[in-house]
Amino acid sequence: MAQQTTNKNEWPLWEVFIRSKAGLDHKHAGSLHAADAEMAIENARDVYTRRMEGVSIWVVESKNIHASDPGESESLYDPANDKIYRHPTFYNLPDAVKYM
Amino acid sequence: MTVHSFQEHFDKKIGSDVSIEPRDWMPDDYRKTLIRQISQHAHSEIIGMLPEGNWISRAPSLRRKAVLLAKVQDEAGHGLYLYSAAETLGITRDELYDQLHSGKAKYSSIFNYPTLTWADMGAIGWLVDGAAIMNQVPLCRCSYGPYARAMVRVCKEESFHQRQGYEIMLTLSNGAPMQKKMAQDALDRWWWPSLMMFGPPDAESGNTEQSMRWRIKRLTNDELRQKFIDVTVEQANILGLTIPDKNLKWNEERGHYDSGVINWDEFWNVVKGNGPCNKQRLDARKNAWADGQWVRDAAMAHAEKRKARKEKAAKAA
Repeated sequence: MAQQTTNKNEWPLWEVFIRSKAGLDHKHAGSLHAADAEMAIENARDVYTRRMEGVSIWVVESKNIHASDPGESESLYDPANDKIYRHPTFYNLPDAVKYM
Repeated sequence: MTVHSFQEHFDKKIGSDVSIEPRDWMPDDYRKTLIRQISQHAHSEIIGMLPEGNWISRAPSLRRKAVLLAKVQDEAGHGLYLYSAAETLGITRDELYDQLHSGKAKYSSIFNYPTLTWADMGAIGWLVDGAAIMNQVPLCRCSYGPYARAMVRVCKEESFHQRQGYEIMLTLSNGAPMQKKMAQDALDRWWWPSLMMFGPPDAESGNTEQSMRWRIKRLTNDELRQKFIDVTVEQANILGLTIPDKNLKWNEERGHYDSGVINWDEFWNVVKGNGPCNKQRLDARKNAWADGQWVRDAAMAHAEKRKARKEKAAKAA
């Protein structure tokens, strides 16, 4: 995601998300400038799907994206580290048990 | 965290090949180097459309025309991927354009050479895009995430560019003597500038060492140039064309081709703005930007008007 920058003459910045085929999530593809959402979708079609890379496009104005602070990743993600009992491999079962 | 520990954290990530992302702390010089390199790369894609644009309306068949249009459109796309990667470093698009238009930022010197014949479309695709691919593939593993991701996209699309160029050369080489001569002439003119695309020799490249340490660059200029020569010689043989270098010779001991000395004076002269087309290219770019101002303003005004109308309708409802 691009950083917020303000410049009066510039078209706003949009983040583009593309669903590559039905059944899959939209995934961040990149960003672009456009005057409004409609134009952002049209531009995204030209810039990010020239080779059938997508069947659906989302655009979100970059200023509306809120992101976690990388400086806080320790306190955010570390607590999950010591809970290995959340993974199936934590449990020892006899080999005789099948399909589990 | 103190600056010192930020630096340590950054170094640790670089050392263990973990990507750096836009909101991560990074040293100022790393940021500056990336902005310089990514923007220079983006500008090259944009200016790179001009020499080929010259031949779109004069392509010899509808097939060639459609292909050339698609290639030039890809180049616009590549420029846009790269500009948006540069913007994640905290510089605006307008600032990037200003740097190009004022001459503060550079673009690849190769685009300051003229495209005199249709064979130049072949030589550019084969050699110029070939050299670009050689440069770009290692960049897919660059330490800065948004740049690396943009390069993955670019590389995927670029291989068609090289193949279509080689196909043009192949067709001309197998054609009438005049056509083959045209292909040879294009190779003669584009060979040395293509080798210069890899940049100055390692011994004189001020940025290489630091960029390698930061994992922005994975291979040196000379290493990449050698790789390019080694693969291209064989391709020229298949075309039945002669690479214009009398000193080109396979060196069994090194396992590489030896080659002649590059005219670096010419390279620096073109970088400094004295190439055959520097002024023409930059003027075309500046005019396009200035002439499009009213369109950008109108689109913005239209978007604002439409938004206001929508809000009014919502209030009334």
